[in-house]
Amino acid sequence: MFQNLMAYIGIEPGRLHFSWISSAESTKFVEVAHAVTEAVKALGPNTHFVKKEIRVAHHV
Amino acid sequence: MSKEYTDRIRKIAARLLKEGRVDMVMGFRRGTVPMMNEPCVIRRDTEAEMLVWDSHCGINLANYLTDRKERIGIVAKGCDSRNIVTHIIENKIKRDQLFIIGVPCKGMVDKRKIAARFEAEIEKVSEAGDTLTVKGGGTEKTLAKAEVLQENCRICVHRNPVIHDELAAEPVQEQTGVDRYEDIRNIEAMTPEAKREYFTDLLSGCIRCYACRNACPLCYCPTCFVDESRPQWVGKGQDPEDVETFHFLRAYHCAGRCTDCGACERACPVGIRVRLFTKKLEKDCLELFDWEAGMSLDQRPPLDVYRPDDPNDFIK
Repeated sequence: MFQNLMAYIGIEPGRLHFSWISSAESTKFVEVAHAVTEAVKALGPNTHFVKKEIRVAHHV
Repeated sequence: MSKEYTDRIRKIAARLLKEGRVDMVMGFRRGTVPMMNEPCVIRRDTEAEMLVWDSHCGINLANYLTDRKERIGIVAKGCDSRNIVTHIIENKIKRDQLFIIGVPCKGMVDKRKIAARFEAEIEKVSEAGDTLTVKGGGTEKTLAKAEVLQENCRICVHRNPVIHDELAAEPVQEQTGVDRYEDIRNIEAMTPEAKREYFTDLLSGCIRCYACRNACPLCYCPTCFVDESRPQWVGKGQDPEDVETFHFLRAYHCAGRCTDCGACERACPVGIRVRLFTKKLEKDCLELFDWEAGMSLDQRPPLDVYRPDDPNDFIK
């Protein structure tokens, strides 16, 4: 549902990934990390939902 | 029609209070300006004359039930009744505290659609059957109610209360063959760029007044995520990213719970079609889980339970 909503408001397919990896599945973790990195690199930097400049007061 | 409804509601309310069945009755009374009936709580049978019913009772009264301890009589349209069911399921009120006066509903009118047909301010609106007579700026027009219905009422398929102790009128015919999601499909078909542009434009008028949230019976969190400052989940200013975050996250909190009562859109002072967010979730809930919110007291909502056949293709 959340992924569908994200796609609906204009997040490109391939930018948001979901995965279930057990702490015992180290190889799967590596594979998924590679696959996600490649998919997101192919899309290029995200431009949506990025604040272009700080327009709210900064708090420490 | 509205007179019969009003008479019947008054009679039931007076009886309940007189017999001591309930401590209070929640209904509507005439507002100070046309088309703006206000919620009203009466505690004595002699006050029942204040209650009214017509096509301007669009506010969702389930919003006022949250965490109440009294025994309450409540006037409920189809959508209100579904929100009452949702409240009971979510332990926000108990069924045995309530006496539900069900009102079979033929839809509420959108005051903006009426105002758009007049140059001057609307002075008086009266109704008979399915027509409205509207006076404003020295002119008088007769409008078909069907033409000026709220958008959610136009596509409503649950006009009769799903839960009630007594009905204020005979059940009405449910609408069939309604295409509820045409607007959602149109947006889904857009490219990601077009979608972003569409929503940025849609929300450009938002002043972050949170009227949509306050009118919503689902938004009962003691502190809403937008009001939280430790941690601050979302910026509190007018940055388009923060405005959009507020809208889609609020909608997501209503996933599987929203009954499309239209209270949010009705409350918006700048007329933003905020239902475009909640309706997308409603559509997905129907398609993925075959679920419509608030239809039964015996079923848990889909995002509340695990089922082995829950769709999970998106998890790699």
